[in-house]
Amino acid sequence: MSSNTDFVLAVEGLTVSFDGFKAVNDLTFYVDENEIRVIIGPNGAGKTTVLDLICGRTKATDGSIKFRNRELTKLREHEIVKAGVGRKFQNPSIYGDLTVFENLEISFPRGRSVFGALAFKRDEEVISKVHEVANMIFLGDQLDRQAELLSHGQKQWLEIGMLLMQDPDLLMLDEPVAGMSVGERQQTAELLRSIIKDRSVIVIEHDMQFVAQIADKVTVLHQGKILAEGSVDKVKNDPKVIEVYLGH
Amino acid sequence: MSYQRFSALFPKKEMMGFIVLAIILAVVLPLSLDIFRLNLVGKYLTYAFVAVGLVLCWGYGGILSLGQGVFFGLGGYAMAMFLKLEASDPESTKIQSTPGIPDFMDWNQLTELPFFWEPFHSFGFTIAAIILLPCIFGYIVGVAMFKRRVGGVYFAIITQALAAILTILIIGQQGYTGGVNGMTDLRTLHGYDIRTDSAKYLFYFVCVFMLFVCLFVAQFIRKSKLGRLLVAMRDKEDRVRFSGYDVANFKIFVFCIGGVFAAIGGAMFTLQVGFMSPTLVGIVPSIEMVIFCAVGGRLSIIGAVYGALIVNAAKTSFSESFPELWLFAMGGLFIAVVMAFPNGLAGLYNTYAAPKVDAFFAKLFTKKPAVATTAPPPAITPSVSKPVVTKTETPVIPQGAIHE
Repeated sequence: MSSNTDFVLAVEGLTVSFDGFKAVNDLTFYVDENEIRVIIGPNGAGKTTVLDLICGRTKATDGSIKFRNRELTKLREHEIVKAGVGRKFQNPSIYGDLTVFENLEISFPRGRSVFGALAFKRDEEVISKVHEVANMIFLGDQLDRQAELLSHGQKQWLEIGMLLMQDPDLLMLDEPVAGMSVGERQQTAELLRSIIKDRSVIVIEHDMQFVAQIADKVTVLHQGKILAEGSVDKVKNDPKVIEVYLGH
Repeated sequence: MSYQRFSALFPKKEMMGFIVLAIILAVVLPLSLDIFRLNLVGKYLTYAFVAVGLVLCWGYGGILSLGQGVFFGLGGYAMAMFLKLEASDPESTKIQSTPGIPDFMDWNQLTELPFFWEPFHSFGFTIAAIILLPCIFGYIVGVAMFKRRVGGVYFAIITQALAAILTILIIGQQGYTGGVNGMTDLRTLHGYDIRTDSAKYLFYFVCVFMLFVCLFVAQFIRKSKLGRLLVAMRDKEDRVRFSGYDVANFKIFVFCIGGVFAAIGGAMFTLQVGFMSPTLVGIVPSIEMVIFCAVGGRLSIIGAVYGALIVNAAKTSFSESFPELWLFAMGGLFIAVVMAFPNGLAGLYNTYAAPKVDAFFAKLFTKKPAVATTAPPPAITPSVSKPVVTKTETPVIPQGAIHE
């Protein structure tokens, strides 16, 4: 087992194999306090699988994932969430039959047990938190709207808002601006910059312009392994990266 | 309960639905039907318990159980065992080779009461068993299935198998269960003869009362955050999981609640009809119970009650005249519900009748506010869910109470 570190997230020797195919192969990387890490790479490089492994959706074959020195590979999904890891899915994953308010309310970290949920009261604290988050994600005037009826970009924001309700220490976003208009991208970049205070973020993104706007450090994955790591400029000029990814 | 909490639990429109149903069941039907027909309605209502449980499980939680007959049977048999023991006192069974045990045990050469029958001498234990047995059974099945993320069609098939297993078990162990004949010749409850007309009236009203208790519990769950979580899980289970909830626990809970409702219905069935048999707990009745719920509207707890009443009434009158055609009619009805009106009667009411009823009341209240109380109740299923968008075909969930 790996030793303790000062990093928020320490991934060491992480491997997952699906019927012999190693989707992630002996991966090691560290995420600092308050860092925005962007993971890029060609399709099938294992980017989403890495997020799946961290949040417990996929079980690792080998290796360790430590979040604030707590081993995550042995925990179940909801326990990982309670430890402080939040994850946004690639396709906007929201509850279409509920209102925007109710979507946000469900993510409020109280009353998560069966009887806690039965006894849950919608008090001032919940209401003010929902309003605060809704205003951040540009949906302050849409609270009573059924979430199904939101535009694609608004759904993406709503899911980000649900994560903000959760207030995780480590936020993982899978292609947060995919399918968004240029204007929405700009707003999302601002949104992300405003919400990263006091937390670390891992983002998967293809849009290099967007990546350059937000990244502290970029990790390039290729065939389950790290191809390059460093600042945006360093990675952009790396000949290996240009060959397998950026050159296309 | 403060007024604010109360109005959050029962918004005006939904309250109307409860009141209309209460008037129909507790006033209109008892006054207009003879005791034979009223007893039949009481029997239909016992299926309404199951249908209300299915609204929570299936409509809200997306867990389709095709084995609710198992729970109906657990409650029904628990009650029947108590009544059977009371009917089998040594005096009235003195011609048996072993007096004091139920007649079917004697016929099957049993010479003493099996140990698991003993506690059913106590009425208190029987009532506790009716509530706790389905909880325990539902919990075991729930843990075995939901913790391993078995769901959807697989879960439905497994519950179906459970219904088949229970039937086979009851029929096979006839010395302990009465076999295929079931438990018949039930007579008294604490010395009170359950076969008289006055007992039938009493049990009818007890049944209506218990149904409303279950409806209120269901309404409370619906309006709590747990109700919204069920809807959320039905839609995006993973999102709920990654919001920090142990999804399996919520499914187990709602499956147990559905089971308890069904068991109470089963117990009320035994009391009103006077027997319990394996034909009431198997695959076919279990599927019929899902149809009651689907016809009434699987998102409407009030609709489920009307569904159980209407389908059963149709079954009785239809099979009186065309016995062999009923099953086809039932099949056709189910297909029609699924294809044409997926939200059942409640959905039809909300789409077509509710706007007119609302307009009618609005007119009534603005013109002559004094005559409001004499307004006739709406003919079909009153609304319990307010559709957000009436044009869509997709199931629409009622909005929660509006936040301040």
